[in-house]
Amino acid sequence: MPLKIGIPRALLYYYYYPMWKVYFRELGAEVVLSSFSTKGLLDKGLKCAVDEVCLPVKIAYGHVLDLLDKVDMIFMPRLVSVEKHEYICPKFLGFPDMVRCLDKLPPLIDVNINLYRKKWDAHNAVTKVGRLISGNYINIYTAYLRARKIQKIYFRLLHLGLTPDDALAILEDRVKKRPAQEAKEFTVALIGHPYNIYDRHISMNMIGRLSRMGAAVVTAERLPEKTVRSYAARLPKKLFWTLGQRMIGAAFHYLERPDICGIVHVAAFGCGPDSMTGELIERYARAAGMPFLNLTLDEHTGEAGIMTRLEAFLDMVRWRNMAAVGM
Amino acid sequence: MRATFPHMGNLHISLKAMLQHLGVEVVTPPSCSKKTLNLGVKYGPEFACLPMKLNLGNFLEAYEMGADTVIMAGGCGPCRFGYYAQIEHAILKDIGCNMELIVLEPPSRYIFELTGKIKQITGNKPLWQVIQAICYGYQKARALDEVEIAAFKSRPREMAAGLTDAACRKALKLIDRAISWREIVEARKIAGKTMAGIPVDKDRAVLKVGIVGEIYTLLEPFTNLNLETRLGYLGVEVDRSIYLSEWVNDHLFMGLIKGLRSRKEASIAAHPYLRHFVGGHGQETIGNAINYARAGYDGIIQVFPFTCMPEIVAETILPVVSADFGIPVMTLIVDEHTGEAGVMTRLEAFVDLLARKKEMKEAL
Repeated sequence: MPLKIGIPRALLYYYYYPMWKVYFRELGAEVVLSSFSTKGLLDKGLKCAVDEVCLPVKIAYGHVLDLLDKVDMIFMPRLVSVEKHEYICPKFLGFPDMVRCLDKLPPLIDVNINLYRKKWDAHNAVTKVGRLISGNYINIYTAYLRARKIQKIYFRLLHLGLTPDDALAILEDRVKKRPAQEAKEFTVALIGHPYNIYDRHISMNMIGRLSRMGAAVVTAERLPEKTVRSYAARLPKKLFWTLGQRMIGAAFHYLERPDICGIVHVAAFGCGPDSMTGELIERYARAAGMPFLNLTLDEHTGEAGIMTRLEAFLDMVRWRNMAAVGM
Repeated sequence: MRATFPHMGNLHISLKAMLQHLGVEVVTPPSCSKKTLNLGVKYGPEFACLPMKLNLGNFLEAYEMGADTVIMAGGCGPCRFGYYAQIEHAILKDIGCNMELIVLEPPSRYIFELTGKIKQITGNKPLWQVIQAICYGYQKARALDEVEIAAFKSRPREMAAGLTDAACRKALKLIDRAISWREIVEARKIAGKTMAGIPVDKDRAVLKVGIVGEIYTLLEPFTNLNLETRLGYLGVEVDRSIYLSEWVNDHLFMGLIKGLRSRKEASIAAHPYLRHFVGGHGQETIGNAINYARAGYDGIIQVFPFTCMPEIVAETILPVVSADFGIPVMTLIVDEHTGEAGVMTRLEAFVDLLARKKEMKEAL
C-alpha cells in the first residue's frame, strides 16, 4: 500500500499544491487532501488554536485535524522564505511547532524551506523530503523536475486570470463545459492573501459573488512576478514579506490601470503584515483617487454585513462611472 | 538638528548621553502617557501593534517641543518593527509634521548605507568620539539595569512600602546627570550603594516569577502597567528575560562583552519546542520560560502587545512547556484598551495561585 501523505487545504496550498502533489505522486506516495473549508472545520480549529492567531491559521488547524485519522504523514513544510532576503510571516515560521502541540498527530514532514540566503537551498529541502519516501536519488531529482514543470504551468494559468480552483481543474483534466461568460460592466481588483481570498469559506466566495453582482475580478496572482516587483520597488524600503510585496505591487499596478474601477482589500483580523501593507495601499489609493474598500475578516464576521458593504461599494463605483460619462 | 527618538523604558537616559556627547541637540519626548497613546491611536493604523502607536505619539509630542529629526532603529523582518519607521514617516508627513527620518538598520547592500547615516547624525565627528559616545551610552545602560535588578530583589522584601521606589528614583537621577566617564563610574557606584542601603527583611519568604515576552512591552513600564512594581508590592521577586544592556551586547556588539546572558542559550533551550526562530523574541520567550522553570522559579508571566506575531507563536507553545515543567504560566496581552483593574485582579489571582502551590509543595 502506498504511503498516504496528507496536505492541508490551507495557507500556501493555494500557491504550491500542484508542485507538491506531482512530486509525491512521482515518488509513489498517495496524496490526501483535507476537505474543503466549512463552518464545522473552522469550529474544530477554533477549539485547538489560541484566540490570538489569525483566521487563516485557525482554519489551517481545522484542516490538520481533518487529516488526523486519514493519513500516515502530514506534509507541513516550515515555509521560512521563498525568495531571497524575504520572509513569509512569523506564524508560518512557527506553524509546524504550533501544530505539534496537538494530540494524536501522525508524523509531520516539517522540512525547512528557507531560500533567504540562496535559492539553491530549496534542493536540500526537496531531497530531504524525498528521502523519506524513496531511496533513489535519481527518482527524487526527476520527480522534482517534473514538479517544477507543473508548477510553471500552474503559475501561467494563474496569470491568465484563472482562480486556483479552475487552474487545478485544468491540470487535473476535469474541466466541464460551461456557457461563455457574459461581459461585465466593470472590473475591480481584489487584493488579499491567497489563503484568504481563494478559500471559499473564509472569503464567503467573494470572487463568485462579485462576478454575480456584475463586476469582473482581477487578483494579485494575475500579474507576473516581474511586474509585481517593479511596482513594489516604489516603496521607500523593500518589504520583507513575500506575500505583502505581491499585494502591494499588484495594488500599485492596478491603481494605474484605467480599466480598474475600484480596489477591495481583504485582511484577516490581527494579521501583522496586512496592518502595514493595508495602511500603505489605502494611503496610495486615496492619493490616486481610487475607490477603496477594506474588509477585515475573522470567525465572527457575518455574511450579511460583508454583502451589504460589497453591494454599497459596487453601487458607488457604478455611479462614479456613470457620472464620468455624463449620464 | 534637534533630534528625538522613541521611548522604551530607560533607554532615553543612555541615548541622550550618547547623542549629547556627539554634540547633537536632543529633545527627549515626555514619558509615555495616556496622551501619547491617544495621539498614536488617533493617527496610527488600527491594527498596528501598541509599540508603533506609542512611537508615533512620542514623535508627535516631540514635534510640539521643537524636534525636527527622528532617529530610529530598523530591521529586516519578519517582525513588523522593521517597517515601522517608513509607515510612521508617511503618517507624520500626512498630518503636516515635516520631520526628517534617520533609520539605523542593518545595511541591505553596502555597509556605507549605515555609516552614511551615522555620519548624518554625528556630522563628521572623529571615529574615536563616536566609539566613546557608544561606550558612555552602554555604561549608563548597564548602570540602569543594575539599579532595576536591585529593585526587583529589594521591593518584595522592603521594610516599609515605597522605600525601593524612592531609592530607585534617586539612583536614576544620579545616573542621568553624570556626563563624564569618571562621573558615570562614580554614579554607578553610588547608585549601587543607594540600592544596597534599602532596609530589607532578608528572611521574608517571597515568590519568584520570571517575566518573558516582547521587548518593548517588557522594557516600557507604561505598556505593562508597571507590572514589575505591582508584583513587587504583592511580595513577588521578579526577573525579566530581557535587559537593555544585554540586548545591546547581544545584537549590536555581537556578544563582545562576556558574562552576560545571551539569546543563544535561550534558543538552545527552546529547541525541542520551537525549532526555528520566528522573528522578534518568540523563540527566546520559550527558551527563557524553560530556563526559569529549571532555575526553580514559581511562575512565568508572558507579556506582549495585541497581534504581535512572534509572541502568538510562543503563546501557542507555552502551555506545553507549562505542562512539561509543571510551572504555571500567565499570558498578559496589552493594547490601548487594557484596563488597570482587570490586570490587577488577574495578577492577584495568579500570585495567590502560586503561593498556594508553593505552600502545598512545602507541606509535602
